[in-house]
Amino acid sequence: MTTNPKFEAALALHRFGFGPVAGSIAAIADDPRGALLADLERPGAGRVAAANLPNSGQAARSLFEFRAERLAKEKLAERAKKEAEAKGIVVGAADDNTMKPNGDAQPPNGESAQNQQNQQPQLPALLVQNEAKVRIEAAVAAEIGFVERLVWFWSNHFCVSADKILSMAGAYEREAIRPHVLGRFVDMLTAVESHPAMLFYLDNGVSMGPNSVAGINRDKSLNENLAREILELHTLGARTGYSQDDVTRFANVLTGWTWIAFGVPNRGGEFVFVKRLHEPGEQTVIGKSYPDTGVDQGRAVLADLARHPATARHIAHKLARHFVADEPPLSLVDKLAKSFIDSDGNLKELAKTLIAAEESWTPARTKLKRPSEWITSALRLTGAQWVVGRVTSGQGLLGEPLWRPGGPNGFADYESAWIDGLSQRVDIASNFAGRVADRLDPVALVETGLGPLASAETRNTVARAESRAQALTLLLMAPEFLRR
Amino acid sequence: MPKLHAPSRRELLLASGALFAWAYLPKLARAEGRDPRFLTIVLRGALDGLATVAPVGDPDWVSLRGDNALTLDGKTSALKLDDFFALNPAMPNLHRMFKANEAIVVHAAATPYRERSHFDGQDVLESGVEKPGAAYTGWLNRLLMGLAPGDRVSANGGRAFAVGPVTPLVVRGPAPVLSWAPRRVLPASDDTIARLIDLYRHTDVSFARVLESRAKLTAIAPAGSMEQTPVGQIAGPDLAQLRAYFSEAVGAAAKFLAQPDGPRVGALALGGWDTHYNEGIATGWLAQLLGALDGALAAVQENMGPAWRETVVVLVTEFGRTARINGTNGTDHGTATVMLLAGGALKGGRVIADWPGLKAESLLENRDLKPTTDVRAVLKGLLKDHLRADDHALAADVFPGSDDVKPIAGLVTSA
Repeated sequence: MTTNPKFEAALALHRFGFGPVAGSIAAIADDPRGALLADLERPGAGRVAAANLPNSGQAARSLFEFRAERLAKEKLAERAKKEAEAKGIVVGAADDNTMKPNGDAQPPNGESAQNQQNQQPQLPALLVQNEAKVRIEAAVAAEIGFVERLVWFWSNHFCVSADKILSMAGAYEREAIRPHVLGRFVDMLTAVESHPAMLFYLDNGVSMGPNSVAGINRDKSLNENLAREILELHTLGARTGYSQDDVTRFANVLTGWTWIAFGVPNRGGEFVFVKRLHEPGEQTVIGKSYPDTGVDQGRAVLADLARHPATARHIAHKLARHFVADEPPLSLVDKLAKSFIDSDGNLKELAKTLIAAEESWTPARTKLKRPSEWITSALRLTGAQWVVGRVTSGQGLLGEPLWRPGGPNGFADYESAWIDGLSQRVDIASNFAGRVADRLDPVALVETGLGPLASAETRNTVARAESRAQALTLLLMAPEFLRR
Repeated sequence: MPKLHAPSRRELLLASGALFAWAYLPKLARAEGRDPRFLTIVLRGALDGLATVAPVGDPDWVSLRGDNALTLDGKTSALKLDDFFALNPAMPNLHRMFKANEAIVVHAAATPYRERSHFDGQDVLESGVEKPGAAYTGWLNRLLMGLAPGDRVSANGGRAFAVGPVTPLVVRGPAPVLSWAPRRVLPASDDTIARLIDLYRHTDVSFARVLESRAKLTAIAPAGSMEQTPVGQIAGPDLAQLRAYFSEAVGAAAKFLAQPDGPRVGALALGGWDTHYNEGIATGWLAQLLGALDGALAAVQENMGPAWRETVVVLVTEFGRTARINGTNGTDHGTATVMLLAGGALKGGRVIADWPGLKAESLLENRDLKPTTDVRAVLKGLLKDHLRADDHALAADVFPGSDDVKPIAGLVTSA
């Protein structure tokens, strides 16, 4: 291990936080590990200032109303056009290219978080933007950001996608992830799987027991998407011995877990258990029998899954891989799995175990920061003013659009998926540096951002740059800044 | 029952992005007078093979899928391929190619993977290794490593190539990967790139390779490629946009492949095929997605120009879907499905299938279409006859442990 306290401080900031801001290496150099532990003890750790943000039910209802009103307007316009035509009046072609195949509720054009320079964005874009702003603020303003990094980790582990459930994507993270980020895994798991955003994302709202009242009456049956992904992605992990039969049985257990229709005043979009949809009777999942206790049947299965050794192993490996190395040391995974089991899934204990383990402090910095993390560390280092749309579109361009992973397995957490994107990062870095570098001293920023981590080559390369903008680009693209 | 304001799966697809990759082979030995092109398109999410190519001649077909069964005389009639199979009506271009002997359908095909996880299934499909999670390299990349210098298609001096910020597994590996993506921001200057390459050569060699490849690609980017016309924005896509997006992404790959000194082997991945709910086989979501894919195939043909006659495009997916419709008017994860092949180099106009039947006892676990053809047999046949890969490399390196899986011969015109 290194003996230079500043080295370990800089390492702590990059590996466990969002990178240094001015003065932060020196500020924690006395006791970098203690500083990380203190981050866990901050009052309100994991929470964000969100008093003005709608909860997921409110967001879903308001978006539902918004779309309904828009549809009505379109219909009125269409009607007026037809009446005019009937009277022989020629009407200019409406700029209407909204198709509604499959009956999907379509977002309007211009719903993206981008190109919102002059006009006020519409509600759908606003919902995501306001949530994104709070999230980015929390990361940029954090002293170290260890707890925020944990939030991002769990949010990706239990991801949903705004492409499917736009209204709730941001609120979901605040409601199901943040309250439990230093709590118990079983509580986070239960909050996640009963959250309407997840039920919507993985199609559970339309799943009915084949022998349930609704299933019989409508001749409908199971959708096993949610049950499968809980086993494979959220808890036990792939190839841990569960069978197709376990998936089907578990899907039966979860029938009835749904939400109140978004159009229902006051309560639309809230979780509800509907007995009419629920498959009656006992179900055997992974060798254990669960009597039909309604919604509690599912909770009981989740509680056992949370406690399963395969889950401990799965989480331990993912956590070690996220923070330390693509191929984390087995001994670290063992320590984390043991902590998870011994503490009955206490996630604060798990975080402490991660910090206490010597393996976590290996001076070799092999992990490539994901785009969102790298962008955040650049904002912190430069103290630059940021606009939410720019930050999120930068993430999107680099292949990690906020709350829009390609699948329920979330964004990849290993280098081979991201390294080719460096070619795009350099363009983003160059554009960003072109905007902000004038007021900055890149040579001093090498000290602020890297300190003892900086190699002689990087120092020289930055110092010899032809302009401040180029120097800052080179610093942001230096291996020491890209890796943690 | 909550009323679903249904998910916008179009967006899901666009956000997951078109990722492509291909081998870049600057100067090819053309001693044999041919110059083969090979494009792999991975359809992520598990394509419903029975909804794409329907076994309309199977007596159990209509009872199996009911209203969701495509038929020759239905409301939207399927396109007849032969006496037994018919194509989804959303794919007229593929049908035209089939009739011109430029397309092949392989049915009841599957990789060796028999579980039902997307991610493990994609892992097996793209790695070419029988066990999921066992390899970090893709079969296309290892193929390039194995082709001896001087062969028609060779990795010698060449590189695998990736477009998009996330590289698909099928092309990851020891053959260096070139990366290129639509430029939606002003690129960094050549001088900045040169300085970074110099820094990386001294500090982080893997980073250096990424930027070196970028410099090379800028030099060969074809006119009219995505550099000039960036892919559309993610939000608010409609059908026209989806079609444009597919055509543009896939068509741009074809433009690279068509270049005299461009790459010869490539791959890209398109998501959106996970149709658990309201599948829309004849007129809904799946039909639209297949239609967009069909348009993309037409764009490949057009953009390849004369090189089309030396082209093979192969469309593969990780596994199929349940034979029956699920409780929510969709299908869940299954096993066997279709592979679609298109290109002027094919000996086409055929459906290749050892048809397993659709009776309950013929289905795998009374649930999925039973696999009778190994996807690797088709791929090995194409790689052998079209790209001249040798048997040993195919069985040992490209698809390890596949000695027993014999390449299917005669898929391409006699070369």
